[in-house]
Amino acid sequence: MFGLEKRDTFLLGVVIVLTLFAPFILNPFPANSAMAQFNAGYPDLMQRFVIFGIFAIGFNILFGLTGYLSFGHAAFLGVGSYSAVWMFKLLSYNVVPALVLAVIMAGLFSALIGFISLRRSGIYFSILTLAFAQMSFNLAYSVLTPITNGETGLQIYTSDPQYLQSASAPAFPNLFGAAMNSSTTLFFGGWTFTFSVGYYFCAAFLILAFYLAIRIFRSPFGMMLRAVKSNQQRMNYTGLNTRPYTLAAFVISGMYAGLAGGLLAAMDPLAGAERMQWTASGEVVLMTILGGAGTLIGPVLGAGFIKYFENIFAKINDNVLHGWFAFMPDGIEDAMVAIIHPFVGKGWHLTLGLLFMLVVIFLPGGLVEGGQRLGRVFRRKDHNAGSVESDAAQQRSEAAE
Amino acid sequence: MAILEVKNVGKRFGGLQALSDVNLSVAENSVHAIIGPNGAGKSTLLNCLVGKLIPDTGSVMFDGQSVLGRKPYEINQMGISRVFQTPEIFGDLTVMENMLIPCLAKRDGAFQLNGWSRIVGQRDMIDKAEEMLRDMNMIDKRHMHAASMSRGDKRRLEIAMCLAQDPRLLLLDEPTAGMARADTNNTIDLLKQIKDERDITIAIIEHDMHVVFSLAERITVLAQGTPLVEDTPDRIKGHPKVREAYLGESQDAA
Repeated sequence: MFGLEKRDTFLLGVVIVLTLFAPFILNPFPANSAMAQFNAGYPDLMQRFVIFGIFAIGFNILFGLTGYLSFGHAAFLGVGSYSAVWMFKLLSYNVVPALVLAVIMAGLFSALIGFISLRRSGIYFSILTLAFAQMSFNLAYSVLTPITNGETGLQIYTSDPQYLQSASAPAFPNLFGAAMNSSTTLFFGGWTFTFSVGYYFCAAFLILAFYLAIRIFRSPFGMMLRAVKSNQQRMNYTGLNTRPYTLAAFVISGMYAGLAGGLLAAMDPLAGAERMQWTASGEVVLMTILGGAGTLIGPVLGAGFIKYFENIFAKINDNVLHGWFAFMPDGIEDAMVAIIHPFVGKGWHLTLGLLFMLVVIFLPGGLVEGGQRLGRVFRRKDHNAGSVESDAAQQRSEAAE
Repeated sequence: MAILEVKNVGKRFGGLQALSDVNLSVAENSVHAIIGPNGAGKSTLLNCLVGKLIPDTGSVMFDGQSVLGRKPYEINQMGISRVFQTPEIFGDLTVMENMLIPCLAKRDGAFQLNGWSRIVGQRDMIDKAEEMLRDMNMIDKRHMHAASMSRGDKRRLEIAMCLAQDPRLLLLDEPTAGMARADTNNTIDLLKQIKDERDITIAIIEHDMHVVFSLAERITVLAQGTPLVEDTPDRIKGHPKVREAYLGESQDAA
């Protein structure tokens, strides 16, 4: 009846293949070619793709399913990071206790904030979460300096106790000895592929997070969350208490954010207050909407898209532009560089903003809807990601009309 | 005998006395209609029964238990289901999902954190929902988005959702408001069928006299927040007080 099980398995398979082969897929250009700056297959960026993918998947469980738009989820990311770094400081560089505490602390913190914020809905809920996140940011930045180390950010010093750290273990976050920053490089012709322990560690969590999200989406609980978005009045008069449903969704998404924050700290053992700022909360909203809120794969796509822009477009400076247009006569070359200049380098936000506008106006269902429309144009018989998501994307476009 | 007992209920909104001294008794397994002109307090009374409003005075007893101070979902779990004036359904969900939700609410209660089980695994619930849809002649629409159905079908679905909970009391708030004649007659037939096939008490608020006189076994006439008369349909029809409340000057109307 809900003949989606096969498709969900397929979707999970796609995500597994993409994450496992990401070092190849994201490095399509030889290392010394002019296009090499579009390569995204280096560990630092790939880690960000999957970590923010996890963050967005979790956010989507709240926003995509229940429709409650939180503007404060970066606070839980920050709590996760601080918790993880504290575990590194107190116990050892082993990531297991760090991640466990990150998820638990983010869960507790989101239960508290959710309990208060969920007394209101719509715009008031959004404002409440925003206010709490900014309070958290300010606490981390100044008031709670003994815990957060204020504007310097929390980091690990040689004077830290690290009671469980053995002498032989690496002096960097590690999983039972496998340091997160260690990697192997494969040279193949002109190509360079880097396989990092940290990336694959995060990728495993992304796959797990994605699998859990599918289970939640297809469960009676997930259906109740969609019912919350659709009609709370009918829910109340059908004997269902909406408050614990929304709170559970809020806490689950907060724990996802905590996991993402913990992983960020595991990749680079420091935590700063800026991670909790409202711009960071806004970013995950953009990721989810850009990819397709309420769809399974959308948030992952959105996260990858935004992080790619942030890192790749931001690197394109005037020298690079001059290199591209060198074949043109001087005057035209300068003119072209002058036109494109505001959209790259520090101006990457401008490009992202334009793209975001285009997506929201023409593809209210996000990138997933775009993929779906392409799929419809080509009428392929194979099950692509688009058709799997058709339900949610269709609702989205109906709602937009 | 009486499943719903309303005693001395009063409700004031600022300067407006919406309900005053309302007494009402609905017998088990009967169809009881509440009629009255606009502003008579019918909807206020209904909202007091389902927990949306709390009356200032008086008591509301359902099956020997007070409903006052309970939240709508708690009152629903006691066995009162409500059909709204404009159909309240889960528009973004499919018809099948709309049916599954009340089935699950009946089985699992007000909240269940079952994020690990699967909808497709709820075989008994799916069977129950399908059976209900078959009874309602809606089985072929089960994959449709509920919002894309006609108004008559939405009303049918809403009633089906309420019945899926096996309520003891079904409250209907102008179930045929804004409906075409054919849809209205379908709804009357549906309600008659429900009344005949189930052990259920139906309380109905209605403007349409055709609906009221086709269904009701007892009628309470409400005017200006207070019950005018309560009697059988035949005696209500010719009652001078009712004519006056509805038509103003009785001699002109006659």
